[in-house]
Amino acid sequence: MDRAAIIGVGMTKIEKSKVRETFADMAWEAVNKALADAGMSIDDIDNVVTTSSDFWDGRTISCMAVGDASGAADKNTSCVEGDGTYGAFYGYTRALSGSYKTTLVTGHSKGSQCISSLITNASFDPICERGLGMDMITACAMQANAYMNRTGLRPEDMAMVSVKNHGNALKNPMAQLPMNITVSDVIKSEMIADPLHKLDCSPVSDGCCAVIIAHESVATKFKQKPVWIRGLSLCTDSFFFGDRDLARSNALVEAAKNAYKMAGIKDPKKEIDIVELYDAFTYQELLWLEEMGLADYGKAAKLLEAGEFNINGPLPVNPSGGLLSGHPVIAAGLYRIAEVVMQLRGDAGEHQVKKAKTGIAHGVNGLCGQSHCVWILDKER
Amino acid sequence: MADQFQGIEPMVYQSKINVPYSWWAGDTATRFFVALRDEKKIIATKCGACGKVFMPPRKTCPLCFTANTEWVDVSDEGTVLTFSVARRQLAAIPQDRKVPVIWGLIKLDGADTAILHYLDEVKPEDVIIGMRVKAVFSETRKGTIRDISHFKPVK
Repeated sequence: MDRAAIIGVGMTKIEKSKVRETFADMAWEAVNKALADAGMSIDDIDNVVTTSSDFWDGRTISCMAVGDASGAADKNTSCVEGDGTYGAFYGYTRALSGSYKTTLVTGHSKGSQCISSLITNASFDPICERGLGMDMITACAMQANAYMNRTGLRPEDMAMVSVKNHGNALKNPMAQLPMNITVSDVIKSEMIADPLHKLDCSPVSDGCCAVIIAHESVATKFKQKPVWIRGLSLCTDSFFFGDRDLARSNALVEAAKNAYKMAGIKDPKKEIDIVELYDAFTYQELLWLEEMGLADYGKAAKLLEAGEFNINGPLPVNPSGGLLSGHPVIAAGLYRIAEVVMQLRGDAGEHQVKKAKTGIAHGVNGLCGQSHCVWILDKER
Repeated sequence: MADQFQGIEPMVYQSKINVPYSWWAGDTATRFFVALRDEKKIIATKCGACGKVFMPPRKTCPLCFTANTEWVDVSDEGTVLTFSVARRQLAAIPQDRKVPVIWGLIKLDGADTAILHYLDEVKPEDVIIGMRVKAVFSETRKGTIRDISHFKPVK
């Protein structure tokens, strides 16, 4: 099978409210940063994939609205609705298609311009569920309760994720919420939906991220060191919560298994050096780690407590600060890819981890992690 | 470049997306809602291949990828699989519901999958996973999911 690599990344700073910038302004910044990072000009880009969500953007055909600022004029442009990792998945397949050599992928979002509770409520089934008034937070609270009940996880265990990730963000200039906090601060923060305190939840954020994916035939043609895509998989669980086991994530188990197989990874606990995952809520970091096979089920909190997932630990998880320190929906998974790329290149600056050859970037779409996209990236081909 | 926003507020354009929309319920949900409204009965579809009973009812079995052909009655009592309690009056919560609002994922006896609905007549701190609950029907029923008012603990 042909190979592809990521040869450029660009991120805007993640902020609470980019009141000075439009969607296109954000895309312009991220795309130009990615081109500069790759040592490319817009003429070197064969095709463009933009990622967005109409409801979050407050308009229809939202992904077309950033095309101009993404240099898509006269190019084949396509759009993905969902997390940025899904747009990148599509971008990867295009780079392998034989039709294109280089794909620019963007993902953008502005949570600040809308009311996230209403937007996420609208993702429930309109006939049987929506009128009950649940949203992403109350849905994930349900998942957290199921997971805690199954594993004996305590609120203090989840809070440690918040402490670690906000702490990591202190060293990441792109993060929105760098904070030096304690478990007690998390537990004392406002209870939004039991068992989720305010500091168990990711914030409302604005941001845009861009990555450039190249076919192997051109991956070393430009100035940047390529980061190779070794394994990649996307799996989806049932839509209705009542059809799933909410305390588990079968879709992630499958996606991780497929990605490891493609990458030839036999023991992920030993072979993965760094993880950037979709911690929209504290408990998710633990649950996702377990379902990716990086901790035994119900045991991730113990490893976290022992410092295993710290930035200087054996398996750094979300050294960037993760979504808890900035969650531009849609773009968030693309930020995970960009962060892992920077880490593997040794370009992560102050939040650089020590050993980083192979990393996982993870994206989620749907309520309570209905679908998952797992990327295995490697600095070596 | 000089900061063009110095001393001035960036302009923010206030608007809303508000587009009327009708969802055709389809024959499966229609039958489910008519039974709720007219008979205070909860009915579900059953897969002819694997025998799974689906709540809310749907036309096809996602596992077998076959059409569900049979309708069965399920109980108005069931078990809470998990739950959630809103403490903040989040924007999505209907105006007639004041916090704390409790939602449960409820597996009705006779069904294989669970539905979302309100839990009420119970304090949030008394709700536990595994508790038994029973449907309370609304006085006025209009053929919607809220024809069930909520589920309450089985005494």
